[in-house]
Parts: sequence; structure tokens; C-alpha cells
Amino acid sequence: MSERFETHEHDVLVIGAGGAGLRAAIEALGQGASVGVVSKSLLGKAHTVMAEGGIAAAMANVDSGDGWKPHFRDTMRGGKMLNNWLMAQLHAQEAPERVKELEQWGALFDRTEDGRILQRAFGGHTFRRLCHVGDRTGLEMIRTLQDRGVSMGFDVYMECTIVRLLTDGGRCAGALAYWRETGRFVVFKAKSVVMATGGIGKAWPITSNSWEYTGDGIALAYEAGAELMDMEFVQFHPTGMVWPPGVQGILVTEAVRGEGGILRNKNGERFMERYDPKRMELSTRDVVARSIYTEVKEGRGTEHGGAYLDISHKPAEYVKKKLPSMYHQFKELADVDITKGPMEVGPTCHYMMGGIRVEAETAQCSLPGLFAAGEAAAGLHGANRLGGNSLSDLLVFGRRAGLAAAQHAKEVSAPNLGEGQISAGESEALRAFQQQGGENPYAVHRDLQKVMQSLVGIFRTREDMQKALGELAKLKERAAHTSVEGSRMFNPGWHMAIELKSMLTVSEAVTRSALVREESRGAHSRIDFPELSPEWGKKNNIVWRDGSGMRLRQETRPDMPAELKQILAEDK
Amino acid sequence: MADATLKVFRGNKDGGQSVEFKVPVAPGMVVLDALHYIQGHLAQDLAVRWNCKAGKCGSCSAEVNGRPRLTCKTRMDALPQNEPITVMPLKAFPVIKDLVTDVSWNYKVNKKITPFTPKAGADWKFYQDDVDRVQEFRKCIECFLCQDVCHVLRDHDKYEQFGGPRFFVRVAGLEMHPMDGVSRTKLLRDELGIGLCNITKCCTEVCPEDIHITDNAIIPLKERVVDQFYDPLVWIVRKIRGAAS
Repeated sequence: MSERFETHEHDVLVIGAGGAGLRAAIEALGQGASVGVVSKSLLGKAHTVMAEGGIAAAMANVDSGDGWKPHFRDTMRGGKMLNNWLMAQLHAQEAPERVKELEQWGALFDRTEDGRILQRAFGGHTFRRLCHVGDRTGLEMIRTLQDRGVSMGFDVYMECTIVRLLTDGGRCAGALAYWRETGRFVVFKAKSVVMATGGIGKAWPITSNSWEYTGDGIALAYEAGAELMDMEFVQFHPTGMVWPPGVQGILVTEAVRGEGGILRNKNGERFMERYDPKRMELSTRDVVARSIYTEVKEGRGTEHGGAYLDISHKPAEYVKKKLPSMYHQFKELADVDITKGPMEVGPTCHYMMGGIRVEAETAQCSLPGLFAAGEAAAGLHGANRLGGNSLSDLLVFGRRAGLAAAQHAKEVSAPNLGEGQISAGESEALRAFQQQGGENPYAVHRDLQKVMQSLVGIFRTREDMQKALGELAKLKERAAHTSVEGSRMFNPGWHMAIELKSMLTVSEAVTRSALVREESRGAHSRIDFPELSPEWGKKNNIVWRDGSGMRLRQETRPDMPAELKQILAEDK
Repeated sequence: MADATLKVFRGNKDGGQSVEFKVPVAPGMVVLDALHYIQGHLAQDLAVRWNCKAGKCGSCSAEVNGRPRLTCKTRMDALPQNEPITVMPLKAFPVIKDLVTDVSWNYKVNKKITPFTPKAGADWKFYQDDVDRVQEFRKCIECFLCQDVCHVLRDHDKYEQFGGPRFFVRVAGLEMHPMDGVSRTKLLRDELGIGLCNITKCCTEVCPEDIHITDNAIIPLKERVVDQFYDPLVWIVRKIRGAAS
């Protein structure tokens, strides 16, 4: 390999420093592996800090009837049975242990009266199940994991962006990256790579996601030959801020509803009575998001095109104690005192259920040497994720990915990285500097967001999505001809030019998958196919790349074992 | 609505100057929105660090009209309308480019702190009353505004001897953790230089999470240091016990 590049070598390279990445790194370190963690941002800033409501784990601290079986059942039902059932089982079984572990690493959860971890109600969960810290659970989790990892001694490469996965004879063997600060390239050589890069929300303009959520990990894995799955399932969280314009999309935690918040339309009607009279505001996110959307579309929306969410019937001190960030967020950004009046809320692009296809127990991708966990991986959540199941996902499958990656590293020899792929990655990343007079990458991004919002949003049709595919092809062409100004030093325009490619790849995968799934299931709602289709319920969409471009096929899902079927058949 | 004028620092470690940009103002707009507008339309290479734009990650710190702030929580309509808004990088840290500073020193200080170490035989039963106080410290989003405003760092450059308010908050969160079993008072005195803080409360004033840094973290920690190392009664008792053994 060329001496041209700064090179670092590890047994396990973890890409992404959110909950899944950090948990994977901790586990791999515990196995004696040398671990490098690469992060686009500073350590501790990952999207996990924005998780508010809690971690779902059937600890039964508050409701004694809870256990892994009801949690499994709720997860499968929330996911409209499209979940990988083994992942749903492992997740429900292992989440309590992962939460206890977090506590033993220093996390301080809110407490029950008898001194245990307090749990709150959340949409789609039969029991009070979410371990939480007010409405800043994600911050507590990331700080705890970060401190644990630092004290164990992982190497963190902060503000470093991966542009290409590197392979050696058909296995993943490292990655090419650049330092954001200097724009210089750096090569990581690794026996195992864990992809934990999160989601894709930045392809939509109204989103709760941070700038990092450009689908990099999913697109990198796809480019390197790994399969993707369930890409049509994009969750729109029902409650994002809708006013003022600058804050549109910022998340309003489901904990507001968990703590008793009520949704009303402009006529004061508690409209969830019409959509899900049994579960009301605590119905699953897909249902609540569609309900709010429908109310607005049919002319019953609020002044700024949303619904009212009201928690002001609860004592002001209680609201401030349980929902402190929400209190401050609305007071400072929207001039609304949520202890006195309602919030205005509407759907916001929030979470990717699909992603890189993995094996349930090992988080192994279809490309050997590559593992994936957290939002970047597919399977656990099926067609719709329940609130609180994301943080537990990060812990359960982050740990499993780290464990399997460390074991894999023990079994394989040190890789050789061919020079050609590194040079190719380098020239591709620098292309926007060489092109003169091309478009501003930000302009292409804005247009991509418009396409995805208007044509591949909450409600979908064949006509819209066919149009979207045409638009995406044009955008791809435009993205290939952008120009950037300035130097390679911390240059956001250049970063955007690179991330555009990832966003276009995942947008195309979402659209192609959504176009062929001719049914409505969970977060995927087709106006032209409004019903569940038993046939589609047996299939997952698999996306992969070959010489001719993006390919799509359906695979029949394996049948569930009798004991799991039995759990689903029981109603309590 | 009228345009706003922003004077944004452009430059690197070798220097730079403020550059004026005109930005259209929308209702409820924050300074970070204006910076994004500049990136998207006027200067795509303007370096700004940000992540969540929701006040939760603490990345977008800068000095707006001379005051350390999160730009994502600074409303344009709360600033004087008829004069330019100045946006400068944090002064206490070296500039990398434009508004992005090198905050790596903070991560080095953090590594010095003895991690959470549970008491032997802890039963993990503890109560809300035990954690209320500590949870305040755990709200910290590491925006480093407190570090930026602290004159021990900002004006006196005591980076070698001093940890800064952020890390006193972190240590307070560990020291007052009901299950933690080790003492960090020696570290506070010797390596984090808590004695250098003369409790001017500048850090408390800029904290976007409203953590009472001085009153609830620094002063109690100073008391612990004094109790352990300077209390004459404790000192005598230790001497006697030491002599007896």
C-alpha cells in the first residue's frame, strides 16, 4: 500500500459514534480487540443525544405483568409482522440486561418509589416500559457509553468522514476517509468493520434528524456490495414542531403523549377517537402520523398546518420536571408555554426502519467482514418502529455487532488493501474541486429534499414515485457535476457534495422499494393500495448493486417457530 | 420581513476578518439558520460546527454580539434589529477555520478524570431524592460555553493547571453519584486546579442548560477539597490516627 496516506490499523473499525457504535466498540474492547472509532462529528454529539423518551426494556419495575414475551409481541405488532422475528426476540430478551449494565456504568435513570429504574408508558407498548431520564435519555446514554469507552481506551478519530469501504478479495477490510479539519485523506485498515452510521432523514426537508443523517453507512455498504433490506419503511414521527418555520421538524417527544398529552384539531375534537379509539394518543407512530396528516388535509388543521398537542392539564411543576427540554424548546423557540397552552405539531421524517441487511445473532452483513447495528441496520423494527425500541436496539445489537466483529477479527489474517481502490476513492471525492462552473451542491440538496417530501412522503402513489425516479436520475446527473469553492480545509460545501451521493443512493433505494410494494403496511402507506396484502406480508425487498446499477428482488421470509407464534396468539 | 446583516468571522489560525452578509429574515429564525442561509447561497465554504439544531448536542457554540451562545437557540428577533449581528468563534480555543475552533483540549482534560467506579457490593437501589442533585450535572451538553467565558482560561491561559467549569460539573456528577465509591478531591486540587476559580459565576450565566455550575458544582467541590486537605480539625485527627497506627 502507498506511503502517500496516513494509515491506522485496528482489529475492529467502528464507523459511527452514536449509541450502537459506542456499544459495539466497548464490547470489542472487552474481547481484547484493538478498536478505532471514526465519527463525522465530535465525540458525544451523535444523533443519539437527541433521543428523548426512553429505552424500552421489559424490566417490570412498574408493571409486574411485563416480560420479554409482551415486549416481543408489541414489537412485532408495531412492525406489522414484517420484523425479523429472531431479532425481535433477542431484543426483547436482552434489553433489560443492557439497561442494567448502563446503570452499572454510571447512568442515572429516574427512580421508582422503591429505588429502582422508573418506566413510563409509550405508544404501542402494552406496559409502562420505557426507562428514562426526564426527556433527555439519549444524552444520558451517550455520555455513559462515551465515558466507559474512553476509560477502556478506544482510539477515536473525530470529525473524520468515510468516503469508501475498502475490500480485500471479497471481504471488507477497511475504509478511506478524510479529516474534516484539513481535507487530507486517511486510510483505515481493519479485520472487521462495524457500520453504525444511523439514518437518512436529511433527504427530506422536514426532519428531526441532524446534518449527519445522510445515509452514508447504508450507501457505503451498498457500494461495497452489501445487501440492503426494507428500504421503503421510513418513519414519519407524528409530532414535530410546525411553527415558526426555522424550527419546523424539530422533534416533540412522544413522552408528551406518554405523560398524558392530548391531540386535538382546530375544532377542539380529540380526533384519535376516530382513528384508534382503543389506544388513542398512544397508538403506534404510523397511525398517529397519518391521522394528523389526514386532519390537516381535510381542513381541520391548526393555523400553521398541524394539530394541537396539549399537556397543560397536568400540574406545571410536573411538566417541567418530566419534560424539561420540551418546556424550554417551546418557550425559547416558539414563544409557547406548554404548561399553559397547547403545542402545534405535525409529522416529521424521523427514522429509517430499513437499512443494511444483517444476520440476527451476529449483525453480520452479506459482505464478509462487515457488520451493522442500530438505525443503519434493517430487520428489528419491520414496517414501523415503536418509540423506545431504538435506544434498546442500539444497546442489544451494538453489543452483538461488537462481539461478532471481535471474534471475526481473531479468525482472519491482516488484510491487504490494493492501491487502486484507494486512488479511485480519492479522485472521486475530489471531483467537485476539479469541475469548474458546476452547480452549488446545496442547491442540488434542496431540490432532492423537495422531490422526496412531495413524491415519497407519508402517502405514496405509483404515479408520484415513478415521477420521483425520473427526478432522482436528473439529480444524480446534477450531483455528479457540482463545483465547490474554497480549499479542502473544513469546507461544508465540499462535504455536502460528497454526502449528496449517499443521499441520492438511499433515496433511490427507498423509492424503488416503495414503488414495488403494492400494499400499505406500517410506515409505508399507498393511496393506490390502501390495504395490507397477505402476499407482501411474506416478503422483504432486498436491494443490491451489480454492474448495471441498483437491483431489487423479493425474498420470502422464513416461517416463525411455533413457540413465537404462540406468543403472538396470546393476547396478554 | 427586512434583511438582517451578519458580520461573520472568516479566517483561520493565521488570522482573518469579519465579512458582511445580508440574509432574509423569517419568523422565529435563529442565528444558525442565518449561517445555513449563508452556506447555502452566499459562501458554501463557511465553516460552522453544528449537529442537531435543537439545543441538545452543544455543537454550534459561537460568540454572538460578544456573548457566548448556542447559535441554534439565539433568535434573530431577540437581537437589536437595526445593527449588524457579529458572529465570532469561541475566543478561548484556537480557530481552525471561520467559526470552528479546536476544542480537543477539553477531551484531554476529560481523560484525566477517574471514571465512575461503583462502590463494592452496591445493591443499585437508590431514590429520586438521591439523584435529583446529580441529574442537574448530567444535563451538560458539552457546548463549552462555560469554558469559553471562564477568565482563568480565556484571559489567563491556565490550560495546563486548570480543568474549567465543564469538568467541575463532570466531577460533581461523579462525586455526588449515590453509587460511586472513589474520591476525586486530590485530582480536583492538583490536576484540575479548582483553587484557581474565584467564583465569579460567569459560567453559570452562559450555561444554556441552566446548570447552577458555581453554586451547585464548584462551591461544594471546593468545600470537599478544603475539608479533606485544609480542615485543621481533620488534619489533627489524621495526624493523631496516623501516629497511633
